[in-house]
This record gives sequence, C-alpha cells and structure tokens, in this order.
Amino acid sequence: MTYALETSGLDKHFGGLHVTRDLSLKIVPGARHALIGPNGAGKTTVINQLTGVLEPSAGRILLEGQDITDLPVHKRVLRGLSRTFQINQLYPDLTPLETIGLAVSERLGGGGNWWRRMGTRDDINAEIAETLERFRLLDVMNDRTSTLPYGKQRLLEIAVAIAAKPRVLLLDEPAAGVPEGERKDILAAVAALPRDVTVLLIEHDMDLVFSFADRISVLVSGALLVEGTPEEVARDPQVKAVYLGEAA
Amino acid sequence: MTTNAQTDVGILARQHGRWHWSEFAFWIVVLAVGLAFPSRYLIMTEILRLALFALSLDLILGYAGIVSLGHAAFFGVGAYCAGLLSVHGLINEPVLALIVAGLAATVLGFVTSFLVIRGVDLTRLMVTLGIALLMEALAERFSNITGGTDGLQGIDIQPIFGVFAFDMFGKTGFFYSLAVLFVLFLLARTIVHSPFGLSLRAIKNNPLRAAAVGIPVNKRLIAIYTVAAFYAGIAGALFTQTTALASLDVFSFERSADLVLLLVIGGSGYLYGGLIGAAVFRMLQELFQWITPQYWMFWIGLVLVVIVMVGRHRIHAYALWLPNLILRQIAGRKAAVVLTDNEAP
Repeated sequence: MTYALETSGLDKHFGGLHVTRDLSLKIVPGARHALIGPNGAGKTTVINQLTGVLEPSAGRILLEGQDITDLPVHKRVLRGLSRTFQINQLYPDLTPLETIGLAVSERLGGGGNWWRRMGTRDDINAEIAETLERFRLLDVMNDRTSTLPYGKQRLLEIAVAIAAKPRVLLLDEPAAGVPEGERKDILAAVAALPRDVTVLLIEHDMDLVFSFADRISVLVSGALLVEGTPEEVARDPQVKAVYLGEAA
Repeated sequence: MTTNAQTDVGILARQHGRWHWSEFAFWIVVLAVGLAFPSRYLIMTEILRLALFALSLDLILGYAGIVSLGHAAFFGVGAYCAGLLSVHGLINEPVLALIVAGLAATVLGFVTSFLVIRGVDLTRLMVTLGIALLMEALAERFSNITGGTDGLQGIDIQPIFGVFAFDMFGKTGFFYSLAVLFVLFLLARTIVHSPFGLSLRAIKNNPLRAAAVGIPVNKRLIAIYTVAAFYAGIAGALFTQTTALASLDVFSFERSADLVLLLVIGGSGYLYGGLIGAAVFRMLQELFQWITPQYWMFWIGLVLVVIVMVGRHRIHAYALWLPNLILRQIAGRKAAVVLTDNEAP
C-alpha cells in the first residue's frame, strides 16, 4: 500500500551528536498520527527533515509514494506537505488577509504574477474568505499580524498551513503557549481538520494527544521506541518507564 | 455570509493598491515645480535621476530586505553603456539606447544576484560593495574602452525620437527624465502591489514561513534584484544622456552610500521614500553648500544623525502638522495626510 508519508532509515548527525537514528515511520492516509517523546528526543529535528529545512544524513522520505528527500522546502509544500511551527512563524507587518492570500495565490499558481493587483481574482478571494471564516479570523483580517492576541496568531499559524491545502499536515505543538481561555479555539480547529488530510501531530500535552490521535509513535533519543494505538502505547511498560513514568 | 466575506476580502485586498489622492497631488506638484522653475532644470533633472536610482534601491531594500552598498555597479554599467553606444554611433536614438543600457545592467544584476542572495545582511553588504569595486577597477583597467580617469570623450546625444533635441538649458533633459521616472514608477507600483510584490514583503518579514507556504524564496529575490539592476542601469544611462558625461565616478562608493542615506531620509518600502529623499537630500546639499561651502558634509551628517535619533515617524508628524491642521479646519476630517512606512531600513 502507499503511505501518505513514509520515512525509511532516516538518520541525522550534527557533528558527533546523533539526533535521528534509523527512523522508519509509516503513516497511513487519513491518519491522526502523533509523534511524542520526552524533551530532546529529536521530534522537531524529524519535522525539519520531513519539510526540507534540514537535510538528513541518510535515509529517504516518501510523500504518497514519491521520493521527496531532495526537494527544496517550497516544492514539498506544492506537492502537498505543509506544516505549522512550534514557535509562530508569521509575517509581523502583513495582515491575516495577506498572509492567507499569499499561501492561496502560491498554490493556485498566481504567486509569481507581477502585473495583476492583489484581490482581483475571485477564486483566490473566495478561498481566502472561506479560510478566514473557518478560523474565525474575519474580524481581524485587516489588522497587522503583530497586533493580534497570541491565541489569534496561533490560529493564523494553523490557518496558513491549511490554506496550502495539504495532503499531509505536520502540526508542531499547536497548543504551545496558548493561554487556557483561547485553547479551546485551537483544539476545535485541530479537531475540525478535514478527514482526508493526513495529520502528524507533535505534542507535549498528553490530553490533546490521547483525544486526537488514532496512532502514536514514541521517539526516545532519536529512535523509535514503540508504535501503536493510544491504548497499546498507554499500556506499554517501556513507555511508562521512559516517558509517561517520568511525567507522572 | 461567505459571499459577503468574499466581497470584503476582495475590497480590502485591492485597497492597498488603489491610488490615493495624495499620490495624484504628489505628481501634480512635481510637474508644477518643473514648469515653475525653468532656470533650475539642471538640478531638478539631477534630482529626478537620483530619485529613479533610489527607487531601484527601494525595490530591493524596502520590499525584499536586501541591503546593498554597491548599487553604483549597475548605475555605472548603464552610464558607460549609454555613453559607448553614443560614442561609437551604435544606437543613436536615445530611448532605444536607454533601454539597451538598462538591459546591460540587468544582465550584470542577474549574474551577481546569485552571489547576493546567499548569506545575511552583512555578507550582502560586503558582496555588493565588492562587486561595485570590481566594476570600478575594471573600468579603470580597460581605459582604452572607457576613457579611464579622463572619462568617455565625444558623447553626443541625438534628439529623442529624432525630434526633441537636448538643449543647453536642460529642458528636454528634464522632461525626458521625468517621463522615464514616471513610467518606471508606474511599473514599480504595479509590481509591488501584485502577488509577486506581496511575496517579497513576506520574504522580508519571514523567509522561513514564506518557503513553508510554497514561495520559491531564492527565485523571487533573484527576480527583484535583476529588476532593480535594470532600474539602476536606466538611472545611469539617463545620467550620461542628460550630462553627456561618463567617468569612473559613476561607480564610486559615495554614489551607493548616498542612496542609502536618501532612503533613510525619505523612508523605504512605500516607493515615494526614494523620491522624497532625493529631493530633500539634494536641496539640503545645496543649502549647506551655500551656507558653508567647505563644511557642508558636517551638516548633512548632523541631519542624518538627528533623523535616526528622533525617528522619521515623528518628523513626518511634525512636518504634516500644519497641512493637517489647515485641512481639518476646511474639511473637518481627521489626519488628512499620512505617510505610511513599514520601518526604518
């Protein structure tokens, strides 16, 4: 079968530091897959290799059966692999409208157009409106991003990843740093993601992981320790020892 | 609801690129000043040329965030190219020669863009500076072609379209320069309000995020750097055509550095900064040279320090206080004239 996202023998060294060890992940289409592990397990390094920010020392990455290991970041996005960042990566001087507009224009193939004015293509406008509405950002769409409350910025971070219409979405700690009151908006947005989008979630918050994921991989010191359903992972003695045990 | 939202999105998205009445006012004032001071064509032409050159730097600095201390490289190539075309009688029609000279600078811009987009601000400063120095040294080395320190001899610019001859008062030169500046300004304005232009601002804000939504960051930077080189080349060619001079100082470091000063004065990232900066800078230079011919540089330096210390936003607010007060009395509106500016370079 073709996996939505697959890594085989992924390996990454930083000098003498071995941060990803022979990692082979297989994520089925439509999965709600979580990647968990204690601090320093190398979760974000994995994401950075999947998205092309870091080059793996060895191993291959397949997106829907196609090898994307050597593609640059932006080409992977256009192939359908999009991500959010653990720390918001937005455009402080741009508005949510422009932020989403850029992602939509780029995907619909109008991003390099230099003679057309922004806002003159109805299909792009419609999609921007739909995305902003879905993430309840319509009321702030013309404000500078840097002036938005943190929770809204976090929503925008997810919205912009969705605007790229990914087949596979990588969520890097979507609820990180969001105050309690704004948290439910984020969780609702994550829960409402379209079912046909495959999601790989990286998260510290165990409540979120166990309520969301149908499959969990546990990463320890850069290597895959256990993989299984939430129940299996919760019962696993190894996981209890190195990870949940530590937290409890 | 969704249809309404779509309409709103369209209106708001287009709003940014709409002509504001103050922009019409700006160009009317420019034209009026040109008609009002026929004895000052030479210095006004110089300001227009400088404005076009600054517009070029604003495209890469104000929009894409690429700093450069070597923009004179393109100015110089444009200048020499226009001069050589004239001296050797290759292309006698000035507008055509102007475009060819601009394209010559474009080629250099495209080739060197690959060096410039690598690395961060400091690296870029060094690389751009280095390229300008290289060009200057090459021009000196091949003095048989460029005329070396004596400059290019025998430049004789033919009438524009074979009709409008360059006159000794600089009237033709002025209106020619104004037309070129205006056309290229319109082009720049179109570019910055397009999806391409917006993607440049996105790259300036956060290249990591830009790449993560599918924007080919390097390709876009190469494109705008190449376009900016074209603009600078045209500015250089205008210099040669309106002064009938081309010497080594077209590549000089001061020329590149002045440009950055202009954008500090006028502000970057809204296109008018370079235009306003060019006028203010040149007028200040005149004023200080008139007051103290020997030490005018001191006062220019002082003005720059004050601008940076006080902050351009506050200066704009002071400068616009009186016009706004009058407008408020007449029209009863709040803050009638506002200069928008992203940030200091």
